[in-house]
Amino acid sequence: MDWTIFSFLLADGLQNGTIYALLALCLVLVFAVTRVILVPLGELLMFAPLSYALLLQGQFPGTAWLSAAMLVAWALLDRNRLRLALALLLLAGVVLGLAYWGSHGAPGWVAWLLAVLIVLPMGPATYRLFFEPLPHGTVLVYLILAVGLHFVYQGLGLVFFGPEQYRPPALLSGEASLGTVPLPRQVFVVYAFAFLAMLGLYLFFTRSLYGKALRACAVNRLGARISGINPSEAGRVAFLLATAIAAVSGMLIAPLVNAAYFMGFLLGLKGFVAGILGGLISYPMAVGGALVVGLLESYSSFTASAYKEAIVFALLLPVLFWRSLRTLELGGEEE
Amino acid sequence: MSVLEVEHLTVRYGAVEAVRDLSFRVEEGEVVTLIGPNGAGKTSTLLGLVGLVAARGSVRYRGQAQPHRTPEALSAQGLVLVPEKRELFASLSVEDNLLLGAFQRHQRRESGIRADLEWVYTLFPRLLERRTQFAGTMSGGEQQMLAIGRALMARPKLLLLDEPSLGLAPLIVREIFDILGGLKREGIPILLVEQNARMALGLADRGYVLEAGELVMEGRAQDLLHDPRVLESYLGLRGKEAEA
Repeated sequence: MDWTIFSFLLADGLQNGTIYALLALCLVLVFAVTRVILVPLGELLMFAPLSYALLLQGQFPGTAWLSAAMLVAWALLDRNRLRLALALLLLAGVVLGLAYWGSHGAPGWVAWLLAVLIVLPMGPATYRLFFEPLPHGTVLVYLILAVGLHFVYQGLGLVFFGPEQYRPPALLSGEASLGTVPLPRQVFVVYAFAFLAMLGLYLFFTRSLYGKALRACAVNRLGARISGINPSEAGRVAFLLATAIAAVSGMLIAPLVNAAYFMGFLLGLKGFVAGILGGLISYPMAVGGALVVGLLESYSSFTASAYKEAIVFALLLPVLFWRSLRTLELGGEEE
Repeated sequence: MSVLEVEHLTVRYGAVEAVRDLSFRVEEGEVVTLIGPNGAGKTSTLLGLVGLVAARGSVRYRGQAQPHRTPEALSAQGLVLVPEKRELFASLSVEDNLLLGAFQRHQRRESGIRADLEWVYTLFPRLLERRTQFAGTMSGGEQQMLAIGRALMARPKLLLLDEPSLGLAPLIVREIFDILGGLKREGIPILLVEQNARMALGLADRGYVLEAGELVMEGRAQDLLHDPRVLESYLGLRGKEAEA
């Protein structure tokens, strides 16, 4: 391996690692607040760029129907809270309207935003419809539910978008070269977004009382409830934040890696591996873990490309072993 | 209008009845204590009251029936529990813990939160010293002070205290009860659950004695303090323990 190949692989690994880092942050955030391991995060990521691709072709995306249907179901569940229910029905109408606008001649950058907005309600609605009805579920029950949702959403993705791959246009086209390595300009958009998202989350959790309330829910649910913090609301906010970050990430990387209905799962799974490296509790360790996963994958795809996924997932074994020793030392704090 | 009226409260865990047909009330400005031995159902009463465990019977708070109670909704209305295990946010700073106690008021954009923070710091100067420290690193007594301080940040109209003396040194217990006396003088109604019957009856206006989930005695705190049955069952042993 010479220097050129080394730096190519480095650039590739950093790019993927950044995406894994964003997903790992979402998974840690959602898990900390709700104890849900959000397996369908990858599908929520995939819905946005594929909807964008359909909007650009002048087609009405099925995700808008799904999003609106979930909002209507939510309104039915909360029919006793009339104002909330009406707002949800209105929002469902707005989602359909936005999709219609997007598929009937909206400019490209508007369609870009519309695609994200169409997908956003699915996050909190997923929590409200499937997880909130089980407030005392165990981590395992939530995990089984999450895996089920992953299959359903992925199947719906196949129904909505078919098996084709799409390559939506990049926000910044062209290439820049860094030394000997040519990099698509879009990569810098990815880095900028990752930086802003991390900075934003950091400020949200350390400066705003609302962010601290979310952390409070994560460290002591009962303490949060007696302080007047509603854990269901906190859960919906966590799902909303995660969906927003995932959807924008999907929009940004689709021009680099192609978008298809199956793209989300492996991205989410690697984000999950990164999250596990941080014990699903530490944000900085999750980001570090994501970069490790990205680089490991990149270099192993050069030396042993057939095994690149296997090598990444094999990384879990020593980490889980090490963590299991630490948990024993702490006397098994799991509920 | 009573602050709190509880009628025929029954709390059941599976086949076990922890509290059976308990009725009591708290009036405006009053400190009421529930005393009784371990396992008498005192904590279960509080948990059933705020909706943390399923309970039958009626609960009226400030004249309003509360059929579907949750701790978060009650806290928003000023009925705040200080639980036995304190349930602090261990990895957040002392000041963040206090500010989160006023979360609902913050959401409603109420004024006076800063002033109340200063007030809590004057009540518990030790919290001011430790304001940037993680809540989980403090001693048991300081954590109890923080738990009470966090509840006060909600500007409670009824404070439920579950065993504030539990596991604390006598000197700290004295300090905390002095603070509770101050809150009583400010007119904050308190429902106090205690095993330390002498301290509790010394502070309270009225008391209820629970045994095995049932009410066995009620009356003015002064009368209970001199009642031979209470003296024998609780104060004889407990009194010595408190002084030891």
